[in-house]
Amino acid sequence: MTTTSAPPSPPQPKRRVGDRVFAGTAKGSGILILLILAGVAAFLVSEAIPAITAPAEDIPGGEGLAHYVWPLIVGTLLGAVLALLIATPLAVAIALYVTYYAPRRLAAAMGYVIDLLAAIPSVVYGFWGLAVLAPTLVPFHEWAADNLGFIPLFEGPASSTGRTMLTVGIVLAVMILPIISAISREVFGQAPALHREAALALGATRWEMIKMAVLPYGKSGVIGGAMLGLGRALGETMAVAIVLSGGGAAALTLITSTNPSTIASNIALRFPEATGLGVNTLIASGLVLFVITLAVNMLARWVVNRRADFSGAN
Amino acid sequence: MAKRIEVSDLNIYYGDFLAVEGVNVAIEPRSITALIGPSGCGKSTFLRSLNRMHEVLPGARVEGKVAMDGQDLYGADVDPVDVRRQIGMVFQRPNPFPTMSIYENVLAGNRLNNKRMKKSEADDIVEKSLRGANLWNEVKDRLDRPGSGLSGGQQQRLCIARAIAVEPDVLLMDEPCSALDPISTLAIEDLMTELKERFTIVIVTHNMQQAARVSESTGFFNLNGVGQPGRLIEFNPTERIFSNPDEKATEDYISGRFG
Repeated sequence: MTTTSAPPSPPQPKRRVGDRVFAGTAKGSGILILLILAGVAAFLVSEAIPAITAPAEDIPGGEGLAHYVWPLIVGTLLGAVLALLIATPLAVAIALYVTYYAPRRLAAAMGYVIDLLAAIPSVVYGFWGLAVLAPTLVPFHEWAADNLGFIPLFEGPASSTGRTMLTVGIVLAVMILPIISAISREVFGQAPALHREAALALGATRWEMIKMAVLPYGKSGVIGGAMLGLGRALGETMAVAIVLSGGGAAALTLITSTNPSTIASNIALRFPEATGLGVNTLIASGLVLFVITLAVNMLARWVVNRRADFSGAN
Repeated sequence: MAKRIEVSDLNIYYGDFLAVEGVNVAIEPRSITALIGPSGCGKSTFLRSLNRMHEVLPGARVEGKVAMDGQDLYGADVDPVDVRRQIGMVFQRPNPFPTMSIYENVLAGNRLNNKRMKKSEADDIVEKSLRGANLWNEVKDRLDRPGSGLSGGQQQRLCIARAIAVEPDVLLMDEPCSALDPISTLAIEDLMTELKERFTIVIVTHNMQQAARVSESTGFFNLNGVGQPGRLIEFNPTERIFSNPDEKATEDYISGRFG
């Protein structure tokens, strides 16, 4: 044996057609998502530029783009955050009940009913909000104005129609409830028996077991579900357009009849009649919504990853 | 501290299915009692009935009596939660809480019993329990790291530390070494020998050498066939079980002539 001979080239791993096709399809799908996202972003930016660069007096309202979009941003965030605040605790409680408290048969039935909520078209939610919820809530609006008026959010005068941010928030909460509760239910159900038994064997009650072994395990899933719900609430168009009277200033009030509209419903209502720079302005507001949603998602991801060491994934 | 457990005429059911039938046994304090037998013979079910963990499964129930120093664990006014606070358990697969640090894992049981605890008091419990589980030197510099970052053997010792941190009367171990390598197994066995000074220990094991090495008494469970209830065939001092058992079935199982 000589020591000078070149080492043999390492054998090429055998490449199988199936693997290559699958890898290619998966990679293609991944790239497609990026392309679509980039395409939407490019469209929004290019169409928004005329509105961004236009002189202030040409923008609808006559006081510039920022002045036009600001109330819409406030309205969008106010409605969506309100919906999230109402829906998340409720959804978590429903999910816990279904996974750990309800008798098995009832749990399955409840699961279906909640999922059914997600199948109702948003137009129907809008009409329900307008025709049923808004009138029903009028007395509550008056009560809130009288008794909670010292809190700026509940400052009067109370709306006499109930077509307010509060009503919109509740309608949106019902709409996003199935999203959050479905995802919470999945993750709670997957909390490992290993850790649930560990808690019980230490003498935990059922609620303590849930606090020790289920909620920490499901936390990132709940946050993920809440962010999906928030995304839906931010972008919801029809229900908000139908319920809200809209058009008001950027006031942080829930129960008055002068409410800011939301970005999505404003676009839906104004787009048919918009021309020229008006269209660009609406698209610019759409770009703002896009950026808000993106920021919310990135924030959620950061929150979830912050304590990745303790997530149980390792 | 270490208490005696007396079981009389215990039948254990899952729904309508009788899983374990007619167990009578007295488990002595400050000793290790091993339970051996083939898979499905009901030894784990029996172990879990001692701290009422088996009734976590829907439909599971018992008939008969389990008494700890005379106190009936299945009395009408006895809360299973209290039973489990007195009788600790270690499982087959190490199960430290992944969302808690090593420090918090050790204190998990204490936090349930008593919400307010001074920092110094908590530190003392953590150190004492981890020393008791022969883990202190390995983890004292990373108490704030997740317990899931430890090796399997270390995780199991962390679970033992968590179980002994609440100073239970009895420690139940359900195949605590079956997911561990031989060196970690040896560490746990040494630990059990130390812990029996303070606790009554009951261990289920598939490893007959382990039962012979660590235990004072051994119970052999068997069943006649699939669908039949498991029974405690023989309960005797370990030396006797492994040298000159009373029952033919025990001898067959021990010498590998089973089935």
